[in-house]
Amino acid sequence: MAAKTIISRPIYGTLSPQPGKHHLFLADAEGALAIVDMAKTAPPGFFDGAEIVFIPGTDGKHVAVLEALKPAQFHVAPSFASLLPRLKQTLTNAHMGLRLYLAGTEGLIGQAMQVALEAGIDHTSMQTEHRGSLARRMQCVHCKGITENVTTQPATCAHCGLLLLVRDHYSRRLAAFQGVCINAEDRSEIPPVEEAFP
Amino acid sequence: MSTGTTKLDVVVSDVVPVNDLVTRFHFRRRDGELLPTFSGGAHVVVEMRDGDLTRLNPYSLMGSPLDTREYTISVRRDDVGRGGSLFMHRSVKPGLEMVVSYPVNLFSLDLRAKKHLMLAGGIGITPFMAQTAQLAGAGGNFELHYTCRTASLGTYADVLQERYGRRIRLYHDDLEERIELDRLLTSQPLGTHLYVCGPAGMINWVRARAAELGWPPETVHYEHFAAPQPGLPFDVTLAVSGKTIRVGEQQSLLEAIEAAGVDPPYLCRGGVCGQCETNVISYDGEFIHNDHWLSEEDHRSGCKIMPCVSRFEGKSLVLER
Repeated sequence: MAAKTIISRPIYGTLSPQPGKHHLFLADAEGALAIVDMAKTAPPGFFDGAEIVFIPGTDGKHVAVLEALKPAQFHVAPSFASLLPRLKQTLTNAHMGLRLYLAGTEGLIGQAMQVALEAGIDHTSMQTEHRGSLARRMQCVHCKGITENVTTQPATCAHCGLLLLVRDHYSRRLAAFQGVCINAEDRSEIPPVEEAFP
Repeated sequence: MSTGTTKLDVVVSDVVPVNDLVTRFHFRRRDGELLPTFSGGAHVVVEMRDGDLTRLNPYSLMGSPLDTREYTISVRRDDVGRGGSLFMHRSVKPGLEMVVSYPVNLFSLDLRAKKHLMLAGGIGITPFMAQTAQLAGAGGNFELHYTCRTASLGTYADVLQERYGRRIRLYHDDLEERIELDRLLTSQPLGTHLYVCGPAGMINWVRARAAELGWPPETVHYEHFAAPQPGLPFDVTLAVSGKTIRVGEQQSLLEAIEAAGVDPPYLCRGGVCGQCETNVISYDGEFIHNDHWLSEEDHRSGCKIMPCVSRFEGKSLVLER
């Protein structure tokens, strides 16, 4: 669980079954286990109206445990970018009563939330649970490039190469933490790099 | 001074009977200036000076928020109420100088919504008059389902249909026309917000069905002003100000506290906003809770009361006022 620092730092909860007949789950890697844990308290027949979209981690684990929940639809995707058209299509055709559950890394939760916000779901209406890596999606405030899976502090921008302080300042609109140049006065000054978001 | 109770000196510019039960009142500023801006769903508290008695009742503003030359309210006559609506119907004539509060909105549109689904029952139509005007002016997407007893009591149904055509659906109780609520609630596009105003039974029904069908609470908005009910007179001790007062049959507890010269905070005077929430120090008797603010647990605890709409029957009541 990520620590609360400043007000824009997202706080995640624990998935819990919501009322309604249609449930859409999006998870990556260990996020699958949040769904499995939630399923223990779900009423009978809950997954009859559920769709699970899952992006396995590099270890490829947890596909079978999700399948075992027998959701009405189960879809395994190689990456978030690859499932985006499908997600947008689902949300476009959806009606009020669809509940959204996001579980896994912050990058997955943030990007799925960004799409759902555009579809008109209030961020407080979504269930979220952080599991697995603390890796961050970061936007360089200088060149605006996004760097995925940032685990170090400071981190190098994958676009312009500046060394950036990864802030807790988070943008829901961009689904990214803000990275600000850490040595703007003297570029030769290189602070020690730590593995801050394993 | 109470929050949100800055006053406006107005004059009644027109009184228009709408049907057997409803009359519309128009107010303009006495100094001829424009009135403060408001948004659809806002209400004002109207001061009624009826002899020695002053009543303060909330009414939704029903004019277009785009026009602040005048405020308009519609008042449904309640023959068994405390007399506020009867006073409006019988004694308020064009030219009468009155005082109303600044507008306050506890039922505003969520303008992030992709669509606004509105459900009105009876005189609950009034906030939607302003909201639809606001949305139509901005090209907003809305649909209004309006249940009324009979066509002749369908206040403003004709006006709304003329303005908005197929976006307005009418249901008449006498023709056994019923809103197909579940079908309506399950067929709305994602991003729809729901607004309900009408009798308490209707609001409870709609909220319960929406929750059951998976509508997140953030997307369901409702407003029901409880009119203060008359009841048996009772005595109250105000511990902070050291006064003992009697609440009359036709008086609300809040009005009695004010009449004793104590000025508690208030905003809606209809059991909705929570401003006048008051702690109970001790009591011997039964509370008659009529508000929509306190939880059931609060009601059972005997520790809190909303003096704008709730009453008491029993031997003694001591409040922290």
